[in-house]
This record gives sequence, C-alpha cells and structure tokens, in this order.
Amino acid sequence: MSNNSNEIRENTSAEAENEELSLNDDRRVKTLSPGALVAKRFFRNRIALVGLVILVFMFVFSFIGGLISPYKENQLFYRYEYLNKEYAGVVKNEELRYAVADGQSFDTVIQAQLVMALQKGKDTFSFKKVDYSITTEGEDFYSVSLEDGTMIGIAYKDIVSSSIEGADIPFSLKYNALKAHSTGADSFEADGKQYTISDGGVVFEGDNEIAYISRYVVSSVMADVFITRAFKEELAESLDAGNDDFYFTDTDGVQHEYTVSYNPATKNWSVKQQTESRIYDTYASPSKAHWLGTDRNGMDMLTRLMYGGRVSLLIGFIVEVIATLIGVILGGIAGYFGKWVDNLVMRIVDIFYCIPSTPIIIILGAAMDAMRVDPKIRMIYLMLILGILGWPGIARMVRGQILSLREQEFMTATESSGLKVSSRIFKHLVPNVIPQLIVSFTMGVGGTIITEATLSFLGLGIKFPFASWGNIINDVNNTFVLTTYWFIWIPAGVLLLATVLAFNLVGDGLRDAFDPKMKR
Amino acid sequence: MTKFIIKRILLSIVILFFVTLIIYAVMRCLPTSYIENIARQKSMQPGSKSFEEWMTQLEAMYNMDKGIIPGFISWWGQMLQGEFGDSWYYTVPVIEKFNDTVWLSFVMGAVSMFFELAIAIPLGVLAATKQYSRTDYTITVVALAGISLPTFFFASLMKLVFAVKLGWFDLFGLVGRIHDQLSPWGQFLDKANHLVMPIIVLVVLSIGSLMRYTRTNMLEVLNSDYIRTARAKGLPEGKVIYHHAFRNTLIPLVTIIGGSLPGLFSGALITETLFSIPGIGFTSYHAMVGGDIPFSMFYLTFLSILTLAGNLISDILYAVVDPRVRIS
Repeated sequence: MSNNSNEIRENTSAEAENEELSLNDDRRVKTLSPGALVAKRFFRNRIALVGLVILVFMFVFSFIGGLISPYKENQLFYRYEYLNKEYAGVVKNEELRYAVADGQSFDTVIQAQLVMALQKGKDTFSFKKVDYSITTEGEDFYSVSLEDGTMIGIAYKDIVSSSIEGADIPFSLKYNALKAHSTGADSFEADGKQYTISDGGVVFEGDNEIAYISRYVVSSVMADVFITRAFKEELAESLDAGNDDFYFTDTDGVQHEYTVSYNPATKNWSVKQQTESRIYDTYASPSKAHWLGTDRNGMDMLTRLMYGGRVSLLIGFIVEVIATLIGVILGGIAGYFGKWVDNLVMRIVDIFYCIPSTPIIIILGAAMDAMRVDPKIRMIYLMLILGILGWPGIARMVRGQILSLREQEFMTATESSGLKVSSRIFKHLVPNVIPQLIVSFTMGVGGTIITEATLSFLGLGIKFPFASWGNIINDVNNTFVLTTYWFIWIPAGVLLLATVLAFNLVGDGLRDAFDPKMKR
Repeated sequence: MTKFIIKRILLSIVILFFVTLIIYAVMRCLPTSYIENIARQKSMQPGSKSFEEWMTQLEAMYNMDKGIIPGFISWWGQMLQGEFGDSWYYTVPVIEKFNDTVWLSFVMGAVSMFFELAIAIPLGVLAATKQYSRTDYTITVVALAGISLPTFFFASLMKLVFAVKLGWFDLFGLVGRIHDQLSPWGQFLDKANHLVMPIIVLVVLSIGSLMRYTRTNMLEVLNSDYIRTARAKGLPEGKVIYHHAFRNTLIPLVTIIGGSLPGLFSGALITETLFSIPGIGFTSYHAMVGGDIPFSMFYLTFLSILTLAGNLISDILYAVVDPRVRIS
C-alpha cells in the first residue's frame, strides 16, 4: 500500500487558493485513509465505474426484480386457440330403403326386381310367377303390392327416424308419414291414431314429437356427442341452401360455429366445430404482458431471467467463498510454516491444478442425471464441486504473498510480543493479502458464472424448475429456436456477457486502485 | 540443468500418480447402481454381450473386486502398458478411437493458436506502447470482453449470423452433404470450410488473456532501466521498442506458449460439441455423458498428462530462455 502524496496535494490545491496559509500549516494537507484513497482511485477509473454500474443493475434486476415482477418463477401461461375439430358427418341418402308391411314378405330378391323395374320405367314386374305392381306414392317413394292389392312393402329415400331414443316406428306409421310428407298434407291417420306433420317433416302425436323425416343422415364423429334433432334440422336446411358456415344455438343459448365441407368423392359433408382449447403459451413473442415473450414452457421470459440471475450470481458468490476459504487457510499455512509443510501443501495444489475440472463435472453431472438427483440438492453439489476444484489458484497466490510478508519487521514484532501462531497468520498476515484476494474474488465470480452457465447450457448444471442464465440459453440447441426466436436466448446471453465483463472490469479497476504500482 | 529436468519429470510422475488416484476414486465412488444401469443398457443393444459379461469386463478392467488402493495400483500397471480397454459407447478399443479423433483436434488447435499469436501479440505490444491512450482502452476492453464471452453464446451468435442469415457455413458437422462426390481437393476445402466458425470462436475466446499478458509484460520491460538508457542514448523509438523491449517481452511469452503446446492435443470440449466437430473433445463429451467409463478414464488421464507436460515444458523453457533463472 503506497501513500501517494501527490494525490493528496492535488486534492488540497483548491482550498489553498481560498486561504492563505503558511507552507507548513497542517490544515494545508488533507489526510485520507488508505481505504478512501483506494475508493478515490477506483472512482476515477471510468471503465471500472461502468462495470460497477452494470453490476449494481444486475443485482437490482435479479434480487429486487423478482419481487417487483407480477409473475412467479414457475408461473405458466396459457393461450386459447381455435381448433377445427371434426364434429359430425352428413350423408344425403341417395339409395332406396325398404320397409316390410306387417305379416308380409318383401325379401331382397324382390327388392332387386323392384329396382330393375323402376330403372326400366315399368310399373309392374313378376318374379317366380307372381306379379307385383308398383305404385308411385311420391318423389322417390314407391309401394309394392300383390295382384290382389295387398301391399307388401315400401321403398323410399327420405329417412324416417324416431325422436324417442330406442323406439321403433311401426310400418303403417312410417308409410302414412312418408305419404303425408310427400303430398304435403299436414295430418294423417295410422293404426287408428291421429298424427300431425309439419313442413320440416316432424311428426307429432298430439303435442309429442315422435319422429321426423329427412333426406340427410347425420352421424356423430365423437362417441359421446348426441346430435339433437334440432341440430340436424337446421343443418339440413343449411345444406340445402348450400352454405359453408353454419351457426347453431344450443339449448343453453350458446352459439357455436361450424364449417361444412363437401367431399364429392364420398358424397358426404363433414361438419367441423370450432372449439376453443387451452394450451401452454410457448414461445410467445414479446408483448405488453410479457416484455420478452415466453419460453418453451410458457413461462414469462423476463421473470425467468430475473430468477436466473439470482441463481447465477448466488452460485458465483458461494463457490468463490468456498474456494477462497480453503485457499486462504491452506495458502496461509503453507506460506507461514514453509519447509515441508509448504512443500506438502504446494504438491496438493499441483495435484488439484492438474485435475481436469470440466470433464469431471460433466461426468458427475451425467451420473446425477442418471440417478435423478433432486434439482435443489444438485445445486448444492454443484457449488461444492466447483468450490473444491477452484481453490488451488488462490492458495498459490496467498502463499506467495505471505512468503515475502513474513520476512518483514512487523512479523518479527508479532513474534516477540508472543502472539499465537493462528492470530499471527490470520490477523496479521492474511489482512495484508486482502487486496489481492478481493481482486481474485471479483474476477473469480465472473469465471464461475461462466462455468456454471456452460454446464447448465449443456444440461448438466442447474436443472429445470430453477432458472439459470445458462439453462435459459440451453433452448438454442434447438435449431428452430436459434433461427426463429431471438428473444429466447439473446437477452440471457447479453446479461451473462455483461455481468461477467462487469466483474472483470471491476476486478481490474480494483487491482489498479489497490496498488498503483501494479497498474500496467 | 539435466538434474533439474530429471527432478521435474520425477515430480510430475508423482503428481500424475495422485491425480489419477483421485480420478479413479471419483469413478469408484459413482454408485454401483449407475454402472449397473449402463451395463444393463449396453447389454440390451442388439448383438451385445450379456449383462454379466459387461459387468465382469468392467470389474476386471477397473479391479472393482479389490479395494480402492490395490485396485488402483493394478489399474496403473495396466495403464503403463497402454491398456485402456474397449470404449463402451463407441465399441472399439479406446486407443483406436483416440487415434481417429485426436488429429482433427490438433489441426484445429494449431490453426487457432497460429491466429491467436498473430493477433494477440502485436495488439498487446501496441496497447503497451500507447499506454492510457484510446487504443489502449479499446484493446483492454475488447480483450476483457473476449475473456468474458461465454463460448456457447458466442457460437450461437456466429451460427445465427453466418450460417442462418448469410448462409456461408453449415450449422453443424465437419463435412457437407455432397462431401463424398467431391474431388480430394474439394473434400479438403469442404472440411476447411466447416472448421472456419469453430476456429474463429476458439481464437476470439483465447485472444484476450494472451493480449493482456503481452501488454503487462511489455509494460514491465518498458519501465526498466535499460530502456531508459536506450532512449537516453538517442535510439529511434521503433528500435527501442522492437529491438530492445520486444525481445525481452518474448521471455515470458515463449514460456507460456511452450507450456500451452501440449494443450493442442486436448481438444476443445465445448466448441467441438457445439459445432459437432468429431475431434477428441466432442468424442469424449459423448462418451462422458453416455457413461462410457473406459473412455472417460482415458480422457481424464490424458488431460492430466497434458497439463503436467505443459507445466514441465514451461518450467524448462523458462530456465533455457532466461539465464537469470539458471544462475540462481
């Protein structure tokens, strides 16, 4: 620590102009403590100041930002998307259907004969010496009778379906309903009961709806959906009108939108319902709600960055504290005792220097992956491993400093005043190394942050529920993210770069401030 | 001098012994269930040995049946004979896989080291001669930025700009899609083209520390008395700097560069992995993540030997280059 008297004089020159003092007056000299001198020199270094400002920003961003942010670290966001889901299929019936009169036989052979006769335009046909006559009852609606006039069955294209689930429709009702439907009558009688029929083809017995007639067959695509008669009716009207869109208001009064498309190959319509589904809001672009968009899990990117910064900075600090503690203790002991102790400790340092730390951490990370270690415990392991592998450099530096310091007079003074060895090392020697320790600590935090980020980037460091700047950028391994979503990885990378750079700048500035002679 | 070298070599061997002991102990401390899991996975592969055979092979290789210390000593014996076993992940002898991949890493390392020296040393000298100037500050900040730049982020940026936006290079790999149809010269160019981005990444990331080191040493020399003498006797500034000062700066530079020569073989673990360049780094990364214990053990031992060799070379070079060290 050199007392730079030039600087002190500079400081006082302004005051000297104000007052006329004699040259040897004490008031002319403003004394500054060594600490204040260091601070003054540090604040004069503009580059280091920039680094300090960045660091302050990062700490505020990470530790206070997380409290201010309206979202939580693991809060998921959703968005609603309209999906067209297949809802129903509609076929327009183009084939004849048959119904057999009660107690008669109208088998498939006769049905085939009927079709042949219809194609030839005849109104009679005979089969196995029995003559049949065909009566055209309406459009695409025929009845077949024997010679004696007994009707054996009908053939029709408009489908009569029961409105009551599971109930059969007797033949006479079917026949009379179809007849009434084709002639446009509004009431008919069957089996002695009176029925009414509406224009749309709905058959009522009194006020009860019992059946309806339609050319369209609507079948549900999903097993759990029952398609109501009202839906079928409206859909049929819409199809007749040739509309592509179809709106239907259900019994709850909610309007649904459907799109209808016709497939000429299979001659059917498919009805798609627009349904709203809730999905994770992944990779959302930056917006007012999410300033930096959302990540692959649908979490707010800015909030993740804040919590990630917390993890990255904390890990950097804890690891460096562990490394510095071990380094100071071992380096101090080696430097003070010298001889074989020094030799032993320095060989241990050499050994640790040689251990390839990154590969070892990768192997341990992969093993922890395989054993599914809890992410929180993993984080602690990671800090311990990095700390234990990080101390040799510090031990070397402390030992080198102490080797030269212990030869100085103040150490002889401590020895002659009978101080304990531990207090001689840690109260008198180590404090003199603190400037160098602070510098190496600052730069070390930056280095540790990079190491941790690299490991997390490879997926072997901090694991998912926790955010870290490294594992946020991890997503860039996906080439699609690399090319499309800049906001996923560039902000985290910039923060990481700025933080590490700031630690290095501050460390550099501190070194110059602590020892101007070292400024090179 | 010979005595010094022999002493250093013997010491290095002792250190290597303990480093490998730690590595071996770490491997042995992995829970057995982990190793059994890998052996089980391996035995599931079509045409593979049975689970028991895998376990027996591993136990024989690493003497798992013995305690850590006896097991380690017999493993060392095997290692000295160059016996590293078969890689689990690549299913070929470890040494064979190593020979296939290490030269690519070496070429990459050598080319990037050449550029590193060619850029960092002149800039470091320039920064020192113009101390406190705008140039000096710019160079210092750029150097620090290079040190602070995370590899993966820089590599991703490079990929985005040069591979995706400009389309000059491929995103991954060492060879292009039509590599097999090219002439030998074309194949060479194809590989060179794929190595451009990884080499740029390596150079930019390593340039900073060498530049700062050059600057510091150059400044130290420039402040010494004989430089003042040279200036006092009226030598032109160019001669003072490049004839008197720079030559003395070379002393620490040569030691540090000599010490980093063995490192050329170690491969760039992260960069190679990011660009899928099949060098030793990429190969070992996949072996390590895939739980390939024979290959990982070999790679860790290899790296320790390289580090020790580097330290040894720089110590010896220091004694050779600087007569002051030899006298004391």
